[in-house]
Amino acid sequence: MSNILNAAFGEGSILLNQDAANWEECFIIAGSALVQSNRTSTEYTTQMIEVFKELGPYMVIAPNIALAHASPGASVKSTGLSLVTLRNPVEFGSKRFDPVKIVVGLAAVDHDGHIDLMAALSELLMDVINVNFLLQADKESDVRALLG
Amino acid sequence: MKIIAVCGMGIGSSISLKMNAEKALESLGIKAEVQALDLRKAQKEGHTADIIMTTIDLIPMLKDLPGKLVEIEYVWDLSEIRQKLASALGQ
Repeated sequence: MSNILNAAFGEGSILLNQDAANWEECFIIAGSALVQSNRTSTEYTTQMIEVFKELGPYMVIAPNIALAHASPGASVKSTGLSLVTLRNPVEFGSKRFDPVKIVVGLAAVDHDGHIDLMAALSELLMDVINVNFLLQADKESDVRALLG
Repeated sequence: MKIIAVCGMGIGSSISLKMNAEKALESLGIKAEVQALDLRKAQKEGHTADIIMTTIDLIPMLKDLPGKLVEIEYVWDLSEIRQKLASALGQ
């Protein structure tokens, strides 16, 4: 893995073993972690929720993984990620990839400045060993060690 | 040959789709431009695309485009993308 991921997850962006009852609570947690790490303003969280309501569960991008995001705009301060692992899996309505166990929040300042970051993120999360490691982690330092 | 990779906001799955489509095309020996687009832009500007790649949930919203629609289930799966692109390209 590469340092690009460690840099993308700012301070306060990694929240482990969180309790969420539904997809909206998951988005609120992932959004708050983006706000906490100074990537977005709180409006971005609202926008992510609106996008999900409009376009549905396509944001469940891989088995057990949701990529919560809205579009580049005034509510995005810098490009970055947040990571939420869930204590209990949550149904998002994705036929193929439910239930969600990990929510990654994504904020991007433009459409093409984070291509290498997406490549590193997909390389990390395509590997089920890494996903299981993240799900079992209860210390941020362990997650950071995996990130590179 | 113009290929577009579409997702809702144009920053998530479409970026992965574009990356993997470019890798797939290279391995198939095909030269083509792949552009990542958000759904709105694709609906407006997608009429010139020969192939439209997107995830299953967004297919109904792109049905009016004249290009060939390619449904991708898992945007991180290079082999699925290579296989479906090859088939769409008649290879």
